[in-house]
Amino acid sequence: MTDESLIGKSAAEIAQTVRERGASAVEVTEATLARVDAVEGVVGSYLTVLSDVARSQAAKVDERVRNGERLPLAGVPIAVKDNMCLEGTRTTCGSKILEDWIAPYTATAVARMLEAGAVPIGKANCDEFAMGSSCENSALGVTRNPYDPARVPGGSSGGSAAAVAAYEAAIGLGSDTGGSIREPGAFCNLVGFKPTYGRVSRYGLIAFASSLDQIGPLTRSVEDAAIAYDAMGGYDPMDATSIDRPLEATATGLLDDLKGMRIGVVREFDTKALGADLDARYRLAYADLERLGAELVDVSLPTADYGVATYYLIAPAECSSNLARFDGVRYGLRVEGDDVRVMYDKTRAAGFGPEVKRRILIGTHALSSGYYDAYYVRAQKARTLIARDFDRAFERCDLIASPAASCPAFEFGSKSDPYSMYLMDYYTIPMALAGLPALSVPCGWSTPEGAKAPMPIGLQLAAPLFAEKLLLGAAHAYERATRHALARKPALEGARA
Amino acid sequence: MTSDTVDIRYVAKLARLALTDDEIEVFGRQLGDLLGHVNALADLDTASVPATAQVVESRNVLRDDALRPCLDHEIVMAGAPQRQGAFFRVPRIISE
Repeated sequence: MTDESLIGKSAAEIAQTVRERGASAVEVTEATLARVDAVEGVVGSYLTVLSDVARSQAAKVDERVRNGERLPLAGVPIAVKDNMCLEGTRTTCGSKILEDWIAPYTATAVARMLEAGAVPIGKANCDEFAMGSSCENSALGVTRNPYDPARVPGGSSGGSAAAVAAYEAAIGLGSDTGGSIREPGAFCNLVGFKPTYGRVSRYGLIAFASSLDQIGPLTRSVEDAAIAYDAMGGYDPMDATSIDRPLEATATGLLDDLKGMRIGVVREFDTKALGADLDARYRLAYADLERLGAELVDVSLPTADYGVATYYLIAPAECSSNLARFDGVRYGLRVEGDDVRVMYDKTRAAGFGPEVKRRILIGTHALSSGYYDAYYVRAQKARTLIARDFDRAFERCDLIASPAASCPAFEFGSKSDPYSMYLMDYYTIPMALAGLPALSVPCGWSTPEGAKAPMPIGLQLAAPLFAEKLLLGAAHAYERATRHALARKPALEGARA
Repeated sequence: MTSDTVDIRYVAKLARLALTDDEIEVFGRQLGDLLGHVNALADLDTASVPATAQVVESRNVLRDDALRPCLDHEIVMAGAPQRQGAFFRVPRIISE
């Protein structure tokens, strides 16, 4: 079997091939590392390539397969977002403040993937501390969209997304706080899946906004997302917010049609505002859902328009508290000062980039005496209203469909105003605030102004809390019937640059 | 809600962040802009709405107060910017 045919397979196919001894995990790993070597000069998905760790894990997987273990992810190469700990490896969060930090333990989600047979190819680039929608906020590297290297891969899980799109991994682990899995998924022609808040342990995920952060997979198919979720989800005593109820296997419940399903189309998310081309493509996507047997239902989320405002108080407030731990004392960068206070001030000034500083300042202001009720508490009340909107909508439908992002991947440097970048998550933030499971699935191609070729766009599907099986099942039916993702390949032939 | 001017020096002090004069100017303006946007929340009638801190069921998590394996001391200390024996070393905090 050639290298090309190995890395082109889905995670499900790779695992099956390795289990049936059609190829070894070591062979898959070597083929993937060769691909990384060939395309990283252009794509830049990884901050650290873990060649030795990958080879050693692959050898262990092969031994387990020989011993008759049936591993759901046998030999599957994965990219791990660099805000997740993997013992003994550099874990940077894309930040200078953790540039040389070696994780002393492994995140539960990562450990479960490895236990299931996955092979970690590298730690993937991300916006610094997962704050951003383009990967441009990484202090440590540039990641380019494999479908057009002049454009961003999305963010914050942009490295994980680019790695999977460029066949440098079959599964990318990402984290989604306001849209950081779903938006890069849409930008890179992938399925980006954020499970219900609390379904995947956050232990070992370096915290950004703890009431929102959730780990999930980026994959080239819905089936792969389901397999990854089944492997990494479930209760973990090490995360106090992890949900202690049985995990329903999703990979065995994928659907072929949407008969009997009611799918809500949100009245307030008028796609006309996105321009004629995107409007037509989303209308076609909704019509395809109908063609597959779903009944389209008009639903209203009257408070969703306040999602971005709500999010940009709650997430920075939580980040200002979480990032207080980076003070030059116990780990990471230290810049010396005459007294401890000056040391803190200088360390944080040198270690954090502009977006992180901005959010720490917003959050500190929103939590400060005299502003707490007006900003933070009011945002938490708005969050209640947004969650209630979804409760009411889901009385009338089983799933909600919407765009995943308001545009395809944009060019580097084109969103220099912070608020215009914040608006990138307009469609994904409400679901995050309500804790709902949601995913982005490829729904077509659109050529933005100035682009050489069409860029992928994503359809977002959202479900009630814990309805992952229904969500992935329905996304599979849509994917199978439309096959949009297969229409084009990444623009990397002969890449090495 | 509140006025859109932010005392950025005061907030930076609370956040333990040394800012340059340029950053004070830029961040001050950007925060003012952002607060202008988030002030839209004042349109919502939230008088009788409870605040949400966690969306999904949350409960107190307790465990037996018993010794368990934990991270090796040396591995943890290996990440310290400066150490002295078993301690993290920091600049003097209490003056003589």
